[in-house]
Amino acid sequence: MRTIRWLPLLASIALLPAKDSCVECHSNLDGNLQRPAALFKGDVHAVSHLSCAGCHGGDANSDDPTVAMSPAKGFRGKVARTGIPKLCASCHSDPNYMRKYRPQQRVDQYQLYLTSVHGKRLEKGDARVATCIDCHSVHDIRAVKDAAAPVHPLKLPATCGHCHADAARMASYKIPTTQLEEYRGSVHWEALTKRGDLSAPNCASCHGNHGAKPPNVESVAAVCGSCHVLHEKFFAQSVHNAAFPSGQGGGCMVCHSNHGIHKPSTAMLAGKDAVCSQCHEADSNGGKMAVQAARRLDGLANALQVSEQQLALADKFGMDIAEAQLRLIEGKESLIKARLALHSFEEQEVGKPVDAGLLIAKETKAAADAALHEKDVRRIGLAASVLFIAVSILALWFLIRRIETNGSATLTRRTIL
Amino acid sequence: MIAERTINVTSAWLQDRLGWRTLKEVASHKTVPVHSSTHWYYFGGISLFLFTIQIITGVLLLLYYRPTVAEAFDSVRFIMTKVEFGWLIRSIHSWSANLLIFMVFVHMFSVIFTHAYRPPRELTWGSGIALLGVMMAFGFSGYLLPWNTISYFATKVGADVAASTPFIGEGLGRFLRGGDDVAGATLTRFFAFHVAVLPAAAIGLLMGHLLLVQKNGMSTPPWISMEKVRQMRFFPNFFLRELMVWYLALGVLGSLAAIFPWELGEKADPFAPAPAGIRPEWYFLAPFYTLKLIPSHVLFMEGELLGIFGFGLLAALLVTLPAWGVRKDGSAKTRMVNGAAILLASYLVVFSILGYVK
Repeated sequence: MRTIRWLPLLASIALLPAKDSCVECHSNLDGNLQRPAALFKGDVHAVSHLSCAGCHGGDANSDDPTVAMSPAKGFRGKVARTGIPKLCASCHSDPNYMRKYRPQQRVDQYQLYLTSVHGKRLEKGDARVATCIDCHSVHDIRAVKDAAAPVHPLKLPATCGHCHADAARMASYKIPTTQLEEYRGSVHWEALTKRGDLSAPNCASCHGNHGAKPPNVESVAAVCGSCHVLHEKFFAQSVHNAAFPSGQGGGCMVCHSNHGIHKPSTAMLAGKDAVCSQCHEADSNGGKMAVQAARRLDGLANALQVSEQQLALADKFGMDIAEAQLRLIEGKESLIKARLALHSFEEQEVGKPVDAGLLIAKETKAAADAALHEKDVRRIGLAASVLFIAVSILALWFLIRRIETNGSATLTRRTIL
Repeated sequence: MIAERTINVTSAWLQDRLGWRTLKEVASHKTVPVHSSTHWYYFGGISLFLFTIQIITGVLLLLYYRPTVAEAFDSVRFIMTKVEFGWLIRSIHSWSANLLIFMVFVHMFSVIFTHAYRPPRELTWGSGIALLGVMMAFGFSGYLLPWNTISYFATKVGADVAASTPFIGEGLGRFLRGGDDVAGATLTRFFAFHVAVLPAAAIGLLMGHLLLVQKNGMSTPPWISMEKVRQMRFFPNFFLRELMVWYLALGVLGSLAAIFPWELGEKADPFAPAPAGIRPEWYFLAPFYTLKLIPSHVLFMEGELLGIFGFGLLAALLVTLPAWGVRKDGSAKTRMVNGAAILLASYLVVFSILGYVK
């Protein structure tokens, strides 16, 4: 009976995390020696009840510092930068070990790292390149989905930029440092931060994360095409694919650039800032086609806009234009298809969706005009009805007056029954 | 000459079979008291007029409406976009339904403030309250029929509230929904309530209500001296005035329908999450907001249950007004009743506004 009474207490003791003398002692120290212990409380490893000794060696169960930090107990102290990836990989590349904590997590990070520019340079003894802790932080490592993690999609560009936007650090590598600034002006950054679309491309989406390297050498179109599938398909069939093969640093980048990708518009096709005019003379076939394509796309966009405005006006007056609004969505899809087809650089390919969209714009504009006309008819009908009602009320009033002035005992004094 | 003879012959023919001159005689003797509160008498007539509009427009809508989940929304859309004057009929039906309930409320409060519930008009009062209930049931059942998103989710909330009624809630919820959730079976039975059960109940109650008004005459407020009150003949004097008011109501109704056509919204998708800002029709806003305010548990009771008890008590107080609002000598407890009515009206207005805004 007495044993049963103690069982809950025993069970709670068994569930307590193991003793960690490293955190206990370092929490009472100052400055740099105290900081890791303070940070470690929020670390993903601490949450999984792993101790400092997992990386630094030693005996976390001993209260005696000479024993706890004894080389005999495997204490290795501060890990050298060049040894960090291998140390992390000792657990993270072991599928049997990782299965206990994160069964679905990949275990090929170290293998990928070795293929990266960072990994290759580290192998050659360059300790200034990024290792695991430069991106994931140290002592306060958090899961990628944790908004406070430096590798969270919203924070990753700044994390990469920490080194790659540092001109002094990048000087010896002869790498430009404008990528972060350019990226922050791009449509991808806008999608990520303004629309809150965490799936929007960040540095790792194109360059890879653990296997990070510039993609322009092998496969720009393939990188862009991993999201922009149809654009890639049209481009692959176009004359430009042969003229600017992506393997030679061409492809999408030629027109759209890389990090600072702006929202595309027809100004890229025609006008003083046209990208096409960089290669095509204005009176050449390519130049003429670019101007023609811009004109057709603008024409469709304007026609759809006019229809939308007219429909919005009809909607404001309470007219039912739901069918036309649905049709207008199809028209907007045609515009998207036309913009897509532009990547084939074939006039006929662009013309098909433009013509289909213009037809829809015409239809929906007609529907909006009909709704607005119907609104006017209703108002006229209402005015006529109100006039009729007013006349009827007036006639009734005169009738009452006539009846009551004729003295046919209209108002009487009576006792209520 | 021929016309006069035809009228006389027809009149005699009808008199032989219906004795309609007796009715004419009765009508010619019907009078309406004329005093400072006579204008309140018109609200009963306006309610009757709007109810007639509801019947006419409802029958016209029935020609095209299809009460199935697959077809309800599209049939209403068809009425509004393809049927000649369908938009007007549907819009008038919706606006008139709302105006009708508003007018019935005004009529009810006018009866309370003029203390027309006093003996011998207890049954007139009771049938009037029952009519208010029927009109609200019309509104609740009709709201679902277009099967749009707002009405679907608002009906779900309403049915859930009904299902939390003590003792009978579970059965009531299943009866209303025709199952565990608002679905095709709910639409079918709401349609049946709306076009068969409720109209039959409303017409029966209305006939009784009108007969009782005819039997007991129009009530005069207690502050008017009954000895000195003037009387106006119902036919034609008061009736013509009533007709003017009906014309006015028709004008307002037509203007609302033409300038602010009743929206259809989007087709309900039972698998989609409930959109934000779901709320019932305005006349259910006050109880809806009250239920939102009540904590989940109050002492030993569930909050929702407490709210339902509260509304039940309110309904019971309303129905029994002729019992607790009248002294033994038949005179009205004016101060107490006026105070309670002001409280009720303030509650309804304030909580409806809060329910709409928040």
